[in-house]
Amino acid sequence: MGYMTIDGRKVEFTDEKNVLSVIRKAGISLPTLCYHSEVSTFGACRLCTVEDDRGRTFASCSEEPRDGMVIYTNSGRIKKYRKLIVELLLAAHCRDCTTCVKSGECILQELAHRMGVVDVRFKNTREIRPIDDSSPSIIRDPNKCILCGDCVRACEEIQGIGALGFAFRGTDATVMPAFNKKIAETDCVNCGQCRVYCPTGAITIRTHVDEVWDALADPDVRVVAQVAPAVRVAVGEAFGMKKGMSVMGKIAAVLHRMGFDEVYDTTFSADLTVMEESEELLERLRRKEDLPLLTSCCPAWVKFVHDQYPEYVHNISTCRSPQGMFSAVIKEYYRDPRNTGGKKTVVVSIMPCTAKKMEAVRPNSFTKGKQDTDIVITTTELIRMIRNYGIEFSTLDPEACDMPFGMGSGGGVIFGVTGGVTEAVLRRLTPVHEKAALDAIAECGVRGDEGIKEVTVPYEDMELKICIVSGLANARKVMEKVKNGEADYHLIEVMACRRGCIMGGGQPTRAGDRTKEARTKGLYNADNNMILKKSDENPLVLSLYDGLLKGKTHELLHNKES
Amino acid sequence: MSRLSIITRDKAQTTVEELYKDLERRIVASPPGLCPVDLAVSFLKVCHAQTCGKCVPCRVGLGQLQNLMEDVLDGRGSMETIDLIEKTARSIYYSADCAIGYEAANMVLKALKGFRDDFEEHVLRGRCTCELNQPVPCVALCPAGVDIPGYVALVAEGRYADAVSLIRKDNPMPSVCALICEHPCEARCRRNMIDASVNIRGLKRFAVDNAGDVPVPEPAPSTGKRVAVIGGGPGGISAAYYLALMGHDVTIYEQRKQLGGMLRYGIPNYRLPREVLDREIEALLSVGVKVKTEVTVGEEPSIVDLRNLYHAVYIAIGAHTDKKIGIEGEDAEGVISAVEMLRKIGDGDMPDFTGRNISVIGGGNVAMDVARSAVRLGAESVRIVYRRRIEDMTAMPEEVQGAIAEGCEVLELMAPTRIEKDEDGKVAALWAQPQIIGPVQRGRATPVKADESEKCLKCDTVLVAVGQGIESKPFEEYGIPVKRGVIEALNWSGIKDIPGVFAGGDCVTGPATVIRAIAAGKVAAANIDEYLGYHHTIKADIAIPKISLDDRMACGRVNMKERDACDRKNDFEPIECGMTKQEACQESRRCLRCDHFGFGIFKGGRNEKW
Repeated sequence: MGYMTIDGRKVEFTDEKNVLSVIRKAGISLPTLCYHSEVSTFGACRLCTVEDDRGRTFASCSEEPRDGMVIYTNSGRIKKYRKLIVELLLAAHCRDCTTCVKSGECILQELAHRMGVVDVRFKNTREIRPIDDSSPSIIRDPNKCILCGDCVRACEEIQGIGALGFAFRGTDATVMPAFNKKIAETDCVNCGQCRVYCPTGAITIRTHVDEVWDALADPDVRVVAQVAPAVRVAVGEAFGMKKGMSVMGKIAAVLHRMGFDEVYDTTFSADLTVMEESEELLERLRRKEDLPLLTSCCPAWVKFVHDQYPEYVHNISTCRSPQGMFSAVIKEYYRDPRNTGGKKTVVVSIMPCTAKKMEAVRPNSFTKGKQDTDIVITTTELIRMIRNYGIEFSTLDPEACDMPFGMGSGGGVIFGVTGGVTEAVLRRLTPVHEKAALDAIAECGVRGDEGIKEVTVPYEDMELKICIVSGLANARKVMEKVKNGEADYHLIEVMACRRGCIMGGGQPTRAGDRTKEARTKGLYNADNNMILKKSDENPLVLSLYDGLLKGKTHELLHNKES
Repeated sequence: MSRLSIITRDKAQTTVEELYKDLERRIVASPPGLCPVDLAVSFLKVCHAQTCGKCVPCRVGLGQLQNLMEDVLDGRGSMETIDLIEKTARSIYYSADCAIGYEAANMVLKALKGFRDDFEEHVLRGRCTCELNQPVPCVALCPAGVDIPGYVALVAEGRYADAVSLIRKDNPMPSVCALICEHPCEARCRRNMIDASVNIRGLKRFAVDNAGDVPVPEPAPSTGKRVAVIGGGPGGISAAYYLALMGHDVTIYEQRKQLGGMLRYGIPNYRLPREVLDREIEALLSVGVKVKTEVTVGEEPSIVDLRNLYHAVYIAIGAHTDKKIGIEGEDAEGVISAVEMLRKIGDGDMPDFTGRNISVIGGGNVAMDVARSAVRLGAESVRIVYRRRIEDMTAMPEEVQGAIAEGCEVLELMAPTRIEKDEDGKVAALWAQPQIIGPVQRGRATPVKADESEKCLKCDTVLVAVGQGIESKPFEEYGIPVKRGVIEALNWSGIKDIPGVFAGGDCVTGPATVIRAIAAGKVAAANIDEYLGYHHTIKADIAIPKISLDDRMACGRVNMKERDACDRKNDFEPIECGMTKQEACQESRRCLRCDHFGFGIFKGGRNEKW
């Protein structure tokens, strides 16, 4: 608690952990390339350097606020130093902005513009280094790396993996996986958080947009889209709409305009997942085996368990993820000669997630030895497609999804936020559907953005112990407790990304606290607007069990033993 | 998997540590006359090698600074490049995260401040302003330019008299310097690159100790020109000696009873025995120098008289007045100035300090001299009170150690505040304020008052050794320019607008070293000779021994031993023991002969005459 003077104005501070936060609270967008409130402070870029009334200069990210401080953020010399730092960075950096996939979203590019760097007076010391495209999810281009260490800290501190690290020192310092392995050879779980944190084009999404355009252009192909819940609350902001606003109708409309033959909402298969996973939970509770049940909808988490806790692989739900279930159902539907219409079917999955690209090519998720999900694109790539097409997105009239799978429940929608799977399963397990009962579930502790939440709910004659986790570093903490016998959960829901899929590795970047909150709210609002709340009341789901799925639930909805 | 492990150094780390030491010694031995811009870039490279790579200003900035400075060196730069170097360095200095970065940038800023003209010279004319005029490090660093490799080689061959003659060509007082020279020649000795500098002064001492009486050369035919030298210290004697060798008629005017100046009236016998000094002076005067002692120039005769009587005048009056510390009670009975005390001792008037408790104020060589003399004069206790730390003392470390060994107590970080008197007006105590060491100003850590109360140091005698000044008044009245308490002379010893009057030594530089006074005398002699219309040359005509090739193995430096402290502190006899013949042979063969190897051989490797 106290006051400081920032550029001549008195500013109050409370519990801000550094001067930078106070400056930003005061409405000055001090630039940084290496600061993120959710990872440790590194102090590498020096762009947030400020001056105090005694002429001392320091990085405001690394200094605690003190009462009576007098700070100048834009004194003549500070402005010069800041500009020169950007110039120095550019001297060692690839300057092919026009052909960079990050163009327009790159913070370095933006800062060069903001600082007015129109000329780099230093020698170009850029070296050409090979690009790592071994991962199905991300591309690492070390030529664009500015060594801010954001990805290293995100991977280590938020995800607890440490697939990336600093190698060498001084001018040779490089960010790379240990021993310069390919990223695909590491314990990388494909979550894409490194790409979310990367301010430049050094780590980007491995894009599959061209494949989608090719499929759309092919008259012999039926292109079917499925859109995950979290996508709808992140597209609008790219087109000047309110943050977190659910725009599923506009997405359906734009996909139709682009030529998608059918557009579905992954919410539908989330309902299927709820059905299957609830059943599996009850089954395991009966058998008292393979508990806790570990959720399987997040592919990054599934890979994490395989890599880090192989002894718990059996605890992972055998359910395919909503993406996997939906693609299998669509493919099965068009396997019927009455439905094919002589066309080949390509399923395009639009996801907030880079790991879904990996999941799609994971052989144990295939049906009859074939890949069900043909192409996975992320929210970010969808936004690029919309821009490429040139449609004025914000003014589009919303459209509904198609039949026969175009309906989902509120339980399916909230899959996109941490705790959503649990909440949907609890809705499924409660025999009633009165609002009060559903509100009681919502308030039992499943909601909220804490990384680890524990809830205990009565079910029949027992207490169901559930742990809800987001962020893999948190998941590791929970798994260690389980391993050491310090916790006896029945169900553990894990989303690899903090706060769930709304903050997935494929979502638009530079989402601050307000955006995070808006996206969460957006999904809960979407749930509020649904007529159906419970997955087990989705008539399309129920009819599917009587039709297409009859005798095939295991083949189509569950992963094979891995 | 162990949780912690003991860190042991591997071979690589141990070797790197050795290389660091090698580099440190190499920097010590850095030859004079290198291109400062080139060196600054090299230092920057070392700094950049230390960067961890975290922060942008250090990781990228230092590399770009190097590029820019190399542009300057290689003639690709412009004045804008220099400007950009400065801006970049400043930016790094104020934004780098740790000292590895910001102090590296600070070195560049210092370079730009210190030798910007050199940067500009590279850019504008594609060359360096510095001159490679004397690349033999010891010779270049000896103010008198003594042919050190030459006489060291002569010592190695056992030609001690030749060694003395060779030294006398540039420095007429080898015996004095063999004992008390501060040996700046050893500072950048190239031998540092292998192990440690050659003990040059020790070898000189071995030469003079074993040379016997070496006759001075025959003077040149008389010119009939008369020169007056005011002051019979080392500078005056040197000038007089060379001028007499050139055939001029020289008269030294000395205020005191005997010649020698500070050598006699400042340096105690245990460091410079009187018989050595007397013998040296006698030898030099034998070339035909006239001496008038107990004559105070300025009173009788006046400077005008002298100027009228002589064709040229050399002022070498030294710095003999004592400075006061300016604290309360300084007028108490028992407060003695160091200058006053040493002057009396110089004329054989030994004070009796038996049973006295003495406080010495100061941290220079003179403070050590009076402290150690006080011990020898029977003092009960001697304390040296100094306001900075021991390592900040201007006295040579061996002097401080010697004083401590002889029983002096050093109270560092104590600033004298007042002298307490008893009812008879005699010293009762010295009060001092404890200090802590504080900020570095102009390269020196300064003391700051500690949060402690004043301390009372009981004593009956206070010896004040806080510096000397010069008695410049009569000269100032005559019209000789005086600035900041010293006579303002030009770098060739002349006085602006007063032809025929020259000045040099401590009275020009402020209290300095004997070799600088001697060098000033040498310079004055040459220029007075020119002024008088001659161009006499001084030379030695001694064949220098050939080089040896077995000097490259690392070998320790022979240091001179001293008499045991418990023994030497009872008398004023010399404390330092010379080298043995075995030691001198080994030590002289450590010389790397920079007059022959490296650039030293250029144009013959030596100035055979001047």
